[in-house]
Amino acid sequence: MAAMMTGSTGLKRWVERYPFLPALLILIVLLALNGFYQPRSVSMAGITGLTKTYLALMLLAVAQTYVVYAGDIDLSAGAILSLVNVVIVVLMQHWGGGALSVFGAIGVGLLVGLACGLINGVVVAALRLQAIVATFATSIFFTGLALYVLPVAGTPAPAAFWRTYGGRFLDIPFVFYAVVVLALLLRLLVRMRLSLQLLAVGDDAQRAFQSGLAVTAIRMKGYALCGLFAALAAFCVTGDTASGDPLVGGKMTLFSVAAVVLGGSALAGGYGTVVGSVFGALIIGLINSLVYFVGTPSEWQNLLQGLAILVALMAGVIVGRRARA
Amino acid sequence: MNAILDLVKRPLLVALLLIVGLLLLGEWLSPGFASGQQILRLLIVAALLGIVAAGQNLVILGGREGIDLSVGGVVSLSAIIAGNLMNGADAGIPLAILACVAAGALFGLLNGLGVTLLRIPPLVMTLGMLGVLQGLLVVIRQGIPSGRAAPGLSQFVSQPFLLGLPGIIWLWIAVGVAMALLLNRTIFGQRVYAIGSNEHAAWMAGVPVRLVRIGIFMLSGVFAAIAGICLLGYSGSSFANVGEQYMLPSIIAVVFGGTSLAGGKGGYTGTMAGAFMLVILQSILTTVNIDESGRQMVFGATLLVLMLFYGRGKAMRA
Repeated sequence: MAAMMTGSTGLKRWVERYPFLPALLILIVLLALNGFYQPRSVSMAGITGLTKTYLALMLLAVAQTYVVYAGDIDLSAGAILSLVNVVIVVLMQHWGGGALSVFGAIGVGLLVGLACGLINGVVVAALRLQAIVATFATSIFFTGLALYVLPVAGTPAPAAFWRTYGGRFLDIPFVFYAVVVLALLLRLLVRMRLSLQLLAVGDDAQRAFQSGLAVTAIRMKGYALCGLFAALAAFCVTGDTASGDPLVGGKMTLFSVAAVVLGGSALAGGYGTVVGSVFGALIIGLINSLVYFVGTPSEWQNLLQGLAILVALMAGVIVGRRARA
Repeated sequence: MNAILDLVKRPLLVALLLIVGLLLLGEWLSPGFASGQQILRLLIVAALLGIVAAGQNLVILGGREGIDLSVGGVVSLSAIIAGNLMNGADAGIPLAILACVAAGALFGLLNGLGVTLLRIPPLVMTLGMLGVLQGLLVVIRQGIPSGRAAPGLSQFVSQPFLLGLPGIIWLWIAVGVAMALLLNRTIFGQRVYAIGSNEHAAWMAGVPVRLVRIGIFMLSGVFAAIAGICLLGYSGSSFANVGEQYMLPSIIAVVFGGTSLAGGKGGYTGTMAGAFMLVILQSILTTVNIDESGRQMVFGATLLVLMLFYGRGKAMRA
């Protein structure tokens, strides 16, 4: 792919303008391969299933993107997801599991996500601790809170919640409405000043400060946004698994970082797109299913997935750099 | 030179004071916490973390956002390789050490090549490698039984070896001396600081930047592999992902030791104190009678408070 890029400057310009293009290309190839090895995987039911399972990772990757924009990182994103998951499940059970309790719990869940994001923002941006170690510390704290709310996994979510998430409206699966709303939301956010400000801070914090941007406040807003999207991801996990688990998100944190890189954003900040991160999350999902569909023996699946993700990560970094050079 | 000494000394002093304070706190909360035997046990656990942190320390000192997320995977891999090769017999120890160190060096080499030749950011490269290692562990575990530690290795880790101290403590001291010599008395060590503080200037001055960086990552893999062998001796047999618990704590130990995550500044003596401090803190939390949730909340909050003592970023100035 790298050779292709150097060959045509036109393509290079496109990638420069739309950093997610390489990710989109990989995504299409993976989709085609999935369809080749298992035709049913690209049917309506197959795509619905993929979206249902990976919508949470897409949202968590979007969450991670906003802090990465500013050159920060959030290793607590998965812990926030876990905390919101157990909080809403426990609340919905406590409030009887009706429609009202679902809306109430969702509201509280968003507030919890926002509060966690603000805590991260305070320790990283205001107290100026190093993001990677400070958010690891807050992740331990949030995990402790989640364990306090629900010590062991297993409390079921009310049927009203997961039936809606897995169900259909007017013959169209609910998750597709969710994807459309997400797309509109992201479009709105792209047009907001905050996205540009975060990118400016990530590009060169000192220069952003000198040109009058409130760097600390902007980074805090990035973390707050991250917390909110982690809460949205938690709603999807709850809909998908139909239960509460205080450790459900732990393993997703590093995947969200990988999805951001796969999507063409630079971890150093200042360059990237949220759409790319959504594609990155889907790439991870499609790699996982492809490895299964080609008939890899079960014990080799993890290794093959790991290798494919490593190769995709390296390709993403190299292509992205060439486009910017 | 004096300026460098001052920089290294201050965080070390902070860490040592905190160690004494934490030990006193532990003794107050549960009498007998700071007895000789107990401190020895804490040191054994700290040695495992400290040896992993030695490699992490080098990677971080080397700068360019240096970080090695794959150490946990290497520790797990090494523990299972060692367990299989010795399988409860002392005769297998030399081969096990050889194989583990080779495996650690190989994965370090791959990390180093990715970071230097392909210029992949260390975080991304080692994150991807962690995924590969975790997959490899699944393959190995399915194919062969997990194996047992040789009695000689278990004795080395837990029984008195010389002057009443177990072998692993001596090993940790040896790692400490070796790191001090490496960083302060060898050309390689000077080059690590040089590329960590200003890679371009170092390159202009003729430092083989890529080779040094590859060497750093290989050493990180080797240290993680050695820690994996010791971990096997400590726990008797290896189990799934034993090494994962070392990934981020090894970074915290380095930070608590006063090494800057920006690279080029710091040393290993502080990291040793940082590792010991982390282990004491965790141990205090297991001694006091609170449930897991409270323990995690206090641990997370304490880490944040302790971080305030170290390398906060500079305030923005116009």
